[in-house]
Amino acid sequence: VLKIDSARATPETLQAAIKNIVGEAPLRRGKVAIDVPPLVENGNTVPLTVSVESPMTAADHVKAIHVFNEKNPQPNVIGVKLSPRAGKAQFSTRIKLAAAQKVVAVAQLSDGSFWSADADVIVTIAACVEDLQ
Amino acid sequence: MTARALINVPAKARRGEVIEIKTLIAHPMESGFRVGLNGALIPRDIITSFVATHNGEEIFRADFSPAIAANPFVTFHTVATATGTIAFTWTGDNGFAQTEEAPITVE
Repeated sequence: VLKIDSARATPETLQAAIKNIVGEAPLRRGKVAIDVPPLVENGNTVPLTVSVESPMTAADHVKAIHVFNEKNPQPNVIGVKLSPRAGKAQFSTRIKLAAAQKVVAVAQLSDGSFWSADADVIVTIAACVEDLQ
Repeated sequence: MTARALINVPAKARRGEVIEIKTLIAHPMESGFRVGLNGALIPRDIITSFVATHNGEEIFRADFSPAIAANPFVTFHTVATATGTIAFTWTGDNGFAQTEEAPITVE
């Protein structure tokens, strides 16, 4: 039995969530790489790695990486805070995807610029909103 | 109640080396969007924050949403600066708070 969920994130809520982080600054494509399988069987646990090209020095480093999705009940997935102490602007985790959709990563650099990348994932068993029936 | 946590920190590292740290903690990460057998929504129960410190200095922080899979797994990197302790703290709904520590020798 499928539940119709009106609270589901949409491309509009995705844009609003990104705007909430980026504000009026320009969002450029590039520097960011998302590593996620293009086709997953089980949306309950999808491996995700995000990396950003950066020397990670005091003068030039990644301050934060935010990951968003298009069709889960909420647009936010994870927000990560980094500093030159990280040495490498990369992290991995496992996420839930409620449907086949786009995943977007946005990186905030120390110079105030924002860079993004996106990836499409096809999910055959959805997560997050499935019922225990 | 203590959740089972798995932490992978290299025991030894050279000073200035970028090391990889892997962490996993047992937690259901109940999203709050699922309907239970009685037809009611299962209340949200997630970990919302993960912080790692090296000898007290913050080296990594992540804010989780309900879209993080059960048993949250996080891999990140840090520069090995000094011998000491790397501590990991997870906090979340219903007063969830847990800290684990791992020693590291930097030479």
